[in-house]
This record gives sequence, structure tokens and C-alpha cells, in this order.
Amino acid sequence: MTTEIVDPLPATRRPKGIRRVLRRVSASVGLAITVIFLLLTVLAPLVAPYDPYDQDLSSALSPPSWIHLLGADQYGRDMLSRVLYGTRTALLAVVVADGLALAVGCTLGLLSGFFGGWVEAVIMRIVDMVLAFPYLLLALIIVAALGPGLTHSMIAIGIVYTPQYARLLRGQVLSVRQSDYVRASRALGASRLRLMLRHVLPNSVTPILVMATLQAGSVVVETAGLSFLGLGAQPPSPDWGALLADGQSYFLTAWWIATFPGLAIFLVVLGFNLLGDALRDHFDPRRSA
Amino acid sequence: MTRYLASRVGQLVLVLIGVSVIVFFTMHVLPGDVATLLLGERATAAQLTQLRHQLGLDQSLPVQYADFFWQVLQGNFGTSLRSNHAALADVLTAFPVTLQLALAALALAIAVGVPIGIVAGTRPGSVWDNLLMTATLFGVSMPIFWLGLMLLLLFGDLLDWLPIGGLMPTGLDVPRVTGMTVIDSIISGRPLLIWASLRYLALPAVTLATIPLAMIARITRSEMLAMASLDHVRTARAKGMPEGRVIIRHVLRNAMTPVITVIGLQLGLLLSGAVLTETIFSLPGLGRLMVDSILSRDYPVVQAGALFIAFVFVLVNLIVDLTYGLLDPRIRRS
Repeated sequence: MTTEIVDPLPATRRPKGIRRVLRRVSASVGLAITVIFLLLTVLAPLVAPYDPYDQDLSSALSPPSWIHLLGADQYGRDMLSRVLYGTRTALLAVVVADGLALAVGCTLGLLSGFFGGWVEAVIMRIVDMVLAFPYLLLALIIVAALGPGLTHSMIAIGIVYTPQYARLLRGQVLSVRQSDYVRASRALGASRLRLMLRHVLPNSVTPILVMATLQAGSVVVETAGLSFLGLGAQPPSPDWGALLADGQSYFLTAWWIATFPGLAIFLVVLGFNLLGDALRDHFDPRRSA
Repeated sequence: MTRYLASRVGQLVLVLIGVSVIVFFTMHVLPGDVATLLLGERATAAQLTQLRHQLGLDQSLPVQYADFFWQVLQGNFGTSLRSNHAALADVLTAFPVTLQLALAALALAIAVGVPIGIVAGTRPGSVWDNLLMTATLFGVSMPIFWLGLMLLLLFGDLLDWLPIGGLMPTGLDVPRVTGMTVIDSIISGRPLLIWASLRYLALPAVTLATIPLAMIARITRSEMLAMASLDHVRTARAKGMPEGRVIIRHVLRNAMTPVITVIGLQLGLLLSGAVLTETIFSLPGLGRLMVDSILSRDYPVVQAGALFIAFVFVLVNLIVDLTYGLLDPRIRRS
């Protein structure tokens, strides 16, 4: 009878090397996609072969060819140019919606940490209440109240993501409050405002950055989703969700109209997710699975 | 246990009151006047004033809210401005369509997602683990409204295996009992109907299942990994327990509590998130009803739908909390 050779390393440790390499590859892919996306928002007018609004009925619904690399839509508008210009709406959504959530959420989190007591109780109860809502429903209700449109849909998504940041910042306040150096500086007479601005905020930059990156992907999908439903960006603006909605009516005869904007959304979201995961693993190795 | 249940039901009522406040005030602080909406732009000032008085719109907001709340308690959400049916009736007609879709998607997500998580979680770092986790990352990054269209293109058009939308083939009607076509077909006992309803459900269910599937797989994997490194698992292995038994009794069972939380949350999200899938596959579900009502400013239906979805969402979360006790004796006792 042969004895089994016992591996000197536990099973979970062995493949660390491969994983680390893969991690690095996925992180660079994520970074590359995000950088290309950001570059395209700036360079769209230079890179796009046509004006995204230019109609050319003679090439309406023409499939991908050398003249129109990604084909043309029902009005003969060049799909490549429209998809390229769509990066701008997507970036705008990230900046406005994610930025709004970040600014308001972090302020609320800091305020509740700063004042404590009933202010904290009220803010956190409201945050819990918003979190108790299914987020898409909340976005729909807000758009219902404000009326359809890109700005309103961005505000709606921003509000929906606000509680996450408020919770994050409050968690930071709670954990920083316990640390020795904060107790020391409080003992030295540092004011609460100073504690918040000098200690809590700088300590929270990393988790906020990680969350903002991971949320950016969701924001792109959600705003495109609202546009797809007709509640966000309105035609003829080259928004990926609106382009997809357009393409839906033609997808059996002209598959390219819906396919490429969707592919663009997928790639950008994948990029943000890969980058966010990589940032989280880098800054907070405990949380990586 | 009874006290715990009572406090949870109390919380549920509080959340619902909060939701009703949010829904009511967002609907009433908005620009645009319901009376003008109902009577059209050409209505005279006298007509408008009279209608506002009839609808109670000339009262202060808190009074209007109290009135709204009292009506809601009696199950009266007003009348749809479009269909002229009771708003709640429209919501209840659409709900089974969404419920069937969400349940089918969730079943699929669990049936595929949990095994994927187990396979990946028991072989961390292996080729399978990396392959499956990359696939799930693709899954969570996928805009499902795009995935749905691509599936339609492939299976509905190119391969022509499955229908491209709707609930049932035209001319083939199921006698309505529950409103869920598959269950109604089974009740009718006609194999033809059962087959048709399943074929129509397949693509929407797969589409809607993608994201929860990926999330369930990822959380199962990471919980399995966390549990596998605990002392009691090492002890079980050390005393010679067969590996399969260790995984099932000691790792999987303990890993299931967070997985069930995610599953419960997903069901709530699926019920409200089905709107995109319903739009692609032309299904007359609750999400689609909400969007159409928003676009046509049919506020009674929006209010009824929002409160109804929130109610179901909170109820599902409560049920999930209660099932913890079944899995984890520590929670049951405390």
C-alpha cells in the first residue's frame, strides 16, 4: 500500500501565485478599459468618423461595412459615432449621479458622526428607510415625481446611492473614534470638527474611492436602464440606453443598432468592476475573498 | 420567539408608514397639477377649482396625507386615470406575471449559482475557480436589457427555438386561476398549454436570473472559504470525517445563512427589477405597469404599485429573517 504524499502547504495556500498574476491581469484590464473610456469622452469628436446627429437616409439601416464600421440606424446615422459620443453621457452620469451620492452621503455620514445624538438617529433612520426600498423602484418614483429626462434620472440614481456613502462614513466615524490617537487628540482638547476633518475624512478617502469606483459601474447601467425605459435621456441624444431602446424596435432586421451600445455598456461596467475589485484588494486585503 | 416576531412585525408596519409618506409626498410635491391633467389644458378656472375641491386638493398636505392613509387602510388606492379600474386591481392583475418571472429566475439562480459557488469555493485558486469567478464577474457587469435582446436574437431569431416575447401564443388562452401562466396551465392539465407557457417563460427567466445567479455564486464561494478555515472544520477533518460530509455538514450549512440573506434580498430586487426584462419580452407585469403609469402620469397606479412592491419587499425580508432560526440554532434560542 502506498502512502499518499502530503502536500507541505495547505490546499488554500498553494495557488496564490496564479491568483496573484490573474489579479494583476484583471486589474490592468480594468484600468485599461477605464482609461480608454475616459480618453474617448474627450476625444469623441476627433475619433468619430461622422457627426452623431447627421442623418443620411440613403444608408438607413445599412449593416456594418467599411463606410459605417458599426452600421447605421434607421435614419442612416453612423452607429460608431453615436456609440463614441455615448461615452460622454455615460461619464456625465457617473460624475453627476455618483458625485451627488458621494457628496450628500459623505456629508450626512460626517454630520451624524459630528453631532451624534438625535441628529445621528434621524439621519440613520432615514438612511435605513431608503435602503428598505428596492432601489430601482425608488429611482422610478423619483423620476415619476420629477418627470422623465436625463438630468432627473441622474438625480434619481444619485439619491438611490446616497445611503451607501452615509453608512460608510458613519462606520468610519465609529471606528476612528475608538482609535488611540483620536482619544489622545481629544484628550488634548481637539474639537469635534477638527476630529471629523483631520482624522475621519482623511482616513476615509480610500474606502470612499473604492466604493465610488464600484458604484460607477452600477450608475452607468442604471442610468442606461432608465433611458432604455424612456425615463432618462430622450432621443435623439446618443445615450447608450436610448440607443438600445431604438435598436429594440429594429433588432430582428438590424441587429447592430442594439448590439454595439449594449456591448459598450458591458465593457465600461466590466472595467469599473475590475478596477474597483483591484482597488479593494489592494487597500483592504482582509475583505478580498 | 413570539416577542421577536412581534417586534419585527412592528418594524414592518413602521417601514410601510414611512414608505407611504415618501410615496405620497414625492407624488404631491411635484410640479404639475392633477386637476389640469384630468381635465386637459382647455378647462376653465372654475372647473379646475371645483375638481380640486372634489379631490381634496385644496386641503393642506398633511390633511391630504391623512385622508390618503385612511383610504389606503381600507384598501382604496383610487382609480386609474387610464384604465378607470381601481388602481389596486390593476396592480393585482399585473403582479402574478412579475411574481412568476421572479420566482422562476430566482429558482434558476439558486439551482445554478449555489453549485457554482461550491465548486469554486472548495477548489480555491484552481482553473475552475478562476473560470467560474470570471464568468460571474461578466454576469454582474452585464446590462440585462442588452443580454435579453441578445438572447432573443440568438434563440428567438437565428436558431428559432423559442418565442420572442409575450406570455402565451396568440389564440391559446389559459383559464385564469392564479394569473401565473405556468401554474394555471398545470391546473388546466393540458400538456400543450404547460409546454407553451414554459417555452414563453424560458428566455425572460434566464435573462432575469443572470445577476442574482452571479451574486449567489460569489457569496456562496466566499462564505465557503471563510467557513472552511474555522477550527471546527479542522477538527472534523482531523477526526477522520469523510470530506463530502465535512463540506455538507460543517462548511455548507454554516455558509448558508449569509447566502439566504442574499437570496431573500434578491427576490425583493427581482420583483422590482423585473421591469427591464418585462419591457424586452413584452410581458404585462407590474414593472411595466409602473413605467407606463409614470409616462402617462397615472399617479394612483404609481402610488398603489409602489406601496404594493414595498410591502412585498419588506415582507420577504421578514420571512428571510425568520428562516435564520431554522438554520442557526443560536438565533432560535436568543
